[in-house]
Amino acid sequence: MTDRPRIARRRSAATLRWLRRSPLVTAGGLVILLYMLAAITAPLLAPHPPLAQLLERRLEPPQPGYPLGLDQLGRDILSRVLFGARLSLLVGLVVVAVAGLLGTTVGVVAGFAGGRIDNVLMRITDVFFAFPSLILAMAIAAALGPSLINTMVAIAVVTWPVYARLSRAQTLVLRRQEFIEAARALGASDARVIARHILPNALSPLIVQASFNMGEAILIAAGLSFIGFGAQPPTPEWGVMISEGRDYIHDAVVGAHVPGPGHSPGGHRVQSGGRRPARPAGSAPAARRLTSGGGFFSS
Amino acid sequence: MSRYILGRIASTGLVLVGVSALTFFIAHVVPGDPVLVALGEHAREDQIQAYRRAYGLDRPVVVQYVIYMGRLLRGDLGVSIRTRRPVAVDLRQFLPATVELGTAAWLVAMMLGIPAGILSAIFKDRAFDHLSRIAALIGASMPVFWLGLLLLGNFYFRLHWFPGPGRLDITIDAPPARTGLLLIDALLSADPTAFGNALRHLVLPGLTLGLFSTAVVARMTRSAMLEVLYQDYIRTARAKGLSAWRVHLWHALRNAMIPTLTIIGISFGNLLSGAVLTETVFAWPGLGRYATTSAVSLDFPAVVGVTLVAAVIYTLVNLIVDLIYARLDPRVRYD
Repeated sequence: MTDRPRIARRRSAATLRWLRRSPLVTAGGLVILLYMLAAITAPLLAPHPPLAQLLERRLEPPQPGYPLGLDQLGRDILSRVLFGARLSLLVGLVVVAVAGLLGTTVGVVAGFAGGRIDNVLMRITDVFFAFPSLILAMAIAAALGPSLINTMVAIAVVTWPVYARLSRAQTLVLRRQEFIEAARALGASDARVIARHILPNALSPLIVQASFNMGEAILIAAGLSFIGFGAQPPTPEWGVMISEGRDYIHDAVVGAHVPGPGHSPGGHRVQSGGRRPARPAGSAPAARRLTSGGGFFSS
Repeated sequence: MSRYILGRIASTGLVLVGVSALTFFIAHVVPGDPVLVALGEHAREDQIQAYRRAYGLDRPVVVQYVIYMGRLLRGDLGVSIRTRRPVAVDLRQFLPATVELGTAAWLVAMMLGIPAGILSAIFKDRAFDHLSRIAALIGASMPVFWLGLLLLGNFYFRLHWFPGPGRLDITIDAPPARTGLLLIDALLSADPTAFGNALRHLVLPGLTLGLFSTAVVARMTRSAMLEVLYQDYIRTARAKGLSAWRVHLWHALRNAMIPTLTIIGISFGNLLSGAVLTETVFAWPGLGRYATTSAVSLDFPAVVGVTLVAAVIYTLVNLIVDLIYARLDPRVRYD
């Protein structure tokens, strides 16, 4: 027990050293931090209300007071981008929470129960993997009706199977280890073994996946809003903004383009940064192996 | 080996059954009332009853599924509400444009991604490696539709280097449709003008759709190459005095391509998803645009038809990739 603070200190020192050696990761982390800060403090930072219109000044270029100019309805683009960050962050968090919970539950149950239950559950995840994600999300969003909440549901339905596969693989490895056997011998119930011994140890690749999923969710949500599902105008959502702005692309390029770069930090920066910090914690090789596609962006 | 092939085909069959069940569920169970979705909210009572009977919606769900499967196996995907034509006919009309676009994107990904990955691995941690990794990160992070707008805005509106949306200029007569693939049709009817124009129309959407896969392929090729380059047989090849190029391209690349192949299969799903957005931006008359215009007008049979076809294509592509993989790498076993 007395060693805990010292271990923690050593760990954070190692993390810092590692961060210094990987400038790309540090940059990614900074961008995420800035993005989250912008999302949280949007109401304070935004110079104008995101829905306030000045129709007589529509499509004006950037100027003092309107650093990114005004859109086709005379709304301040900067304020809309800031509030859009909020919305994307919300979508990302909700999707990760729902998909993570559902997927992890299914995966742990499959891995723990084994046999026929495992087989059936894994075949079900296979079916979800058979669809291109945006197309399935679109079909579900169409069935539920266009709205932001339904978009989040659709994206969660599309992305949970990855968590299921990951947590099942982790559970299969952990299940056979001696400390699980020891816990069993002490009389721990299945529920306790899962909650106290398997889940905590299966967590790190799932967290890596969560960061990946967050970027994915934000991009799919933007794509869905872009084609007319998801958030509806006049919501300051990035996909909606780009979609509205594209009709004016030759008049005011700013309108269509400003939300664009916002996506990149919002989307995949979250991924690139999120996957790295798992490394110094020690369990990274496993995380890399198990995360689908983990290899692309690491190393 | 044959055991692996049989097992893989059997599991694909199972997945396809699951795919049909899931699309059935989305189409018939998720919407509160599929009849209202199909006929619109202002349908008369007798129309509703007729529709219910025609589609067996007055029967239990399981029976409905069997009916649905029966129709599906006969290639009947229902009738589109918007175009008033069988969905299968619509899909056949729009598929070639997507195939053409997808092939272009795929070529972009191969021709840019693989060399970039190889060079990145050879010059690991040097300037080229850093640049290509940053480029790959950006490429993988950009929303497809924004990239498309960027390219369209700059290279069409501003610079006029490439033609705008669509597959052909309006002033150019389309060659007689034989395959539906414009480039091939133009070749078949020996029409160089149409061929050149169609090719130029393909450049921007092809780049837009291909960039994400390019990034993924480059990353994968790089890491696969790096893994191979440290193995003993490479050292042996070097020790034998073979030239660096021969070692890299002849000895290393062949083994490095095996994992890359898998990624090509997986990224095919991204290609299909991306096609929906790319086709929307470039007014490309393919499956993706058909799907979005149908979805926006709540044309449910059409949306489900596209979803089903996309899943089937994706599943079959992955089956083929896995089979090629098994042929290239004899260690692959089915378990």
